Amino acid sequence: MTERRHELRRFPWQVRDSGLLLLVVAAGVVLVASVAQTAVEGLRDPRIAVAFGVLIAFGEVLRLNLPGDRETAPIGMAGALAYALLIRVGDHSAQHSAEQVVTVTTIGMIVGALPHLAVGRPAKVSGMSIRLLCVACVAFIFRPLAGNSEIVHHWGLAFSLMTALAVLALLLEAVLTALMRVDEQRALFRVALVDEMRVQLPLGAAVGASGLLIAFAAEVMGLAALAVFTAPLLVTQVAFRRYAGIRATYLQTVRALAKVTEIGGYVEPGHSERVSRLAVAVGRELGIHEPQLLELEYAALMHDIGQLSLADPIPGGATVLVSRQDQQRIAELGADVIQQAQVLGSVAEIVRRQNEPYRGVEVAHEGYRGRPARLDGEPSRPPLSSRIIKAANAFDDLVGSSLDPGRAAAAVQQLRLDTASEYDPEAVEALSRVVNRRSVIQL
Amino acid sequence: MARLSWAARLYIGAVVLVAAVVIVHGPFGDLRWWRNVAVLGLLLVVFESTATLLRPRQLAWSPNSSATLAAAVLLGPVGAGLVGACTMFGMRRGPSVAQRAFNTGMMALSAYLAGRVFVAAGGQVGTPHATPFRTIIGPFAVAAVVHALTNHTLLAGVLWLTSDRDFAGRRAPLGMSIKLIASDLGYGAFGLLIAALWSVAGLFAPVLILIPLFVARWAVAQIAEQQQAYEATVGALCQAVETKDFYTRGHSDRVSRGSVMIAREIGMRGERVEAIRYAGMLHDVGKLGVPTKVLQKTGKLTEEEYAAIQLHPMRGLDIVREIGFLDEALAGIMHHHERIDGRGYPMGLAGDEIPEFARVLAVADAFDSMTSTRSYRGARPVEEAVAELRKWSGTQFDPAFVDAFVAAIKRDGWQSPEPPVLAAEDLNTIAAQDHDDPSTPLRVIDSPR
Repeated sequence: MTERRHELRRFPWQVRDSGLLLLVVAAGVVLVASVAQTAVEGLRDPRIAVAFGVLIAFGEVLRLNLPGDRETAPIGMAGALAYALLIRVGDHSAQHSAEQVVTVTTIGMIVGALPHLAVGRPAKVSGMSIRLLCVACVAFIFRPLAGNSEIVHHWGLAFSLMTALAVLALLLEAVLTALMRVDEQRALFRVALVDEMRVQLPLGAAVGASGLLIAFAAEVMGLAALAVFTAPLLVTQVAFRRYAGIRATYLQTVRALAKVTEIGGYVEPGHSERVSRLAVAVGRELGIHEPQLLELEYAALMHDIGQLSLADPIPGGATVLVSRQDQQRIAELGADVIQQAQVLGSVAEIVRRQNEPYRGVEVAHEGYRGRPARLDGEPSRPPLSSRIIKAANAFDDLVGSSLDPGRAAAAVQQLRLDTASEYDPEAVEALSRVVNRRSVIQL
Repeated sequence: MARLSWAARLYIGAVVLVAAVVIVHGPFGDLRWWRNVAVLGLLLVVFESTATLLRPRQLAWSPNSSATLAAAVLLGPVGAGLVGACTMFGMRRGPSVAQRAFNTGMMALSAYLAGRVFVAAGGQVGTPHATPFRTIIGPFAVAAVVHALTNHTLLAGVLWLTSDRDFAGRRAPLGMSIKLIASDLGYGAFGLLIAALWSVAGLFAPVLILIPLFVARWAVAQIAEQQQAYEATVGALCQAVETKDFYTRGHSDRVSRGSVMIAREIGMRGERVEAIRYAGMLHDVGKLGVPTKVLQKTGKLTEEEYAAIQLHPMRGLDIVREIGFLDEALAGIMHHHERIDGRGYPMGLAGDEIPEFARVLAVADAFDSMTSTRSYRGARPVEEAVAELRKWSGTQFDPAFVDAFVAAIKRDGWQSPEPPVLAAEDLNTIAAQDHDDPSTPLRVIDSPR
């Protein structure tokens, strides 16, 4: 449990930071203004409002956690988008205001969040605020146009406008989420945005399409469209839930099995976990994208797995203290183990080359199976992830579970002295920044 | 598919001929009608070409019926038949000429019949814009059922005549029929949605409706991929754990297989079978926490050393506790050395107190140990190991699971491991005793009490 204390990903003083505050305030202002306006004007078409509110609440109940701790509510989002983009229900033309859309969406979200609260899973305020702002944005653009005869009678125009707005909403969601992650995890915005779009794109496309479908179909089927056209999205969501579940189990399993070396007495307790946290933080600092970050995490967790093949544990398990040959042997044995899993090809490569000096090996020693030297005689450099693990591993071997900032600073200094050939200066500098931030929190 | 019998050829010929006759008979519509036939036909070709076997026998992804049923509503029986006939243009590789001909005939005929039934049940053909939407739901449901039944009856016929289970490609064995009919009906419902949206969204209707479905399908493919990656990784890591002991290599894998055999034999649910598979793989990871010198000791064990060995299920639990498995798998790993008579470890549970998974694992574990080579004895033949299981049945093992395992082995056989070939570098990875072997219990120095 002691390792939890210097968890690198979330810093206590950043939980309520300026970005989140700004976001919540923005959402709050929009919300209060909308509720006031709706209260003054009264609810238009209450039957429709209730139907959509129920759909949004239902979607919020079925919230989904995507890989990378991302909270989404696809059905709720689709319902809210549809309500914002609604033109007619049956023969009746929908004339609710943008403010009413925001109000109904919020009420739906809150009602849907209650069951989660009841079982002790508080909603993420940031996620809900972002969703609300996106819906508000679409509603304030489209609602004033919804009664326009041009829009009502020109199907093509309405369709393109609605599509554009759905895309806009999803883009806005990606941008805002990326901004939040920059704050939360110290990621680079450019990197975070690309990652966000990559993860959200498939589900986002399904959400947007379903939102449009519901809005269109309500014209033909009336409110039955809500139930009917949620079905395809429900199928999608079920599939995504299973996918996210397997991803999570996978990571948990690798984490658990990485502990095998600790229980076997090969490495100090907590070593793999600490190295992987540090390596991921450094990788994020250096702008590594999420899929590669995941590989880095796997590799860091399993970097000592090769020690299992040793008959006797290295005293204290500190690989930094044994000879280069032994280090290389451990790395290669570990890489062989991982290679057998086939799917983790690049992870095996990262583990295999974790001990190489960052400029690469000049002369490949006997039995070396890393990437061969390039044709022009330049030694090939190990992958960035290997260089990060090398630095993080050395740091942890020197500092261990100690929380003493002085010791950490000394260890960083020692790594710096070796940046001429051994450790990647870039990785060491990033590590130093991460470690400094950590020290600040502890003081 | 090697050769078709005459009866099968005749049958396929008849199906194709009937389909052709009813369609050619007309009536056809105007230019606009033909355009819609072309659009829906194209949609069907897309479905047919992208239909893949995601996981054979588990998932048949065939949204074809949504296109033909939409056609039945929008274009009437003949139009639906024409759209169904577009199956022949499918670009899926694999089906032979006869298969393709049959599939085309079957789809065309069932679509035509569905169209007929739709009209007969009072449905009005055409874009549902003009007619109130509600009136077509009933007739559509009847049409969808007829469509699915026709398809599967025709299919069952050809399967029966050729007795070739793979005839229709992804439309797998007969036992799956109900599931397939259900999935066909589900996709059929999307046909209604396409028809409903045709008036407001026109050609975009199918596109909009299919985006979520294609995304779902993408996710399902990802699931399969991740699942594979996961299994490979767990397997590789278990092997890494086993390198510590030369003689038990492959043990986890075989225990896993044995446990699955028992689980299937007693009719466990699929999800639990999966869980017991992983439990089998991981049941001995805790052995890593036992010092190597204890595992490799040749003489009698001291009480402390014996206690260290008895601790391994708990150690294993410590390692796997945080994995989001079924709790049952965790309980199985923790208690796989309990005995029915209550003299096992770590808790000394007896009879029904022992979790079901643990009782299953215990049988497979002991059996594999006995049929593998150990440093102090050769591998026993399967019959002898079965006799040994029977001997301890009721005291050490649960008789029900012993019976199930014996029955499964009788039917499917058991692949005993090859005797390992000792290499020089393995000399320090030999265990002298095996804690899993019921016929040769660990020898412990009797201490004066």
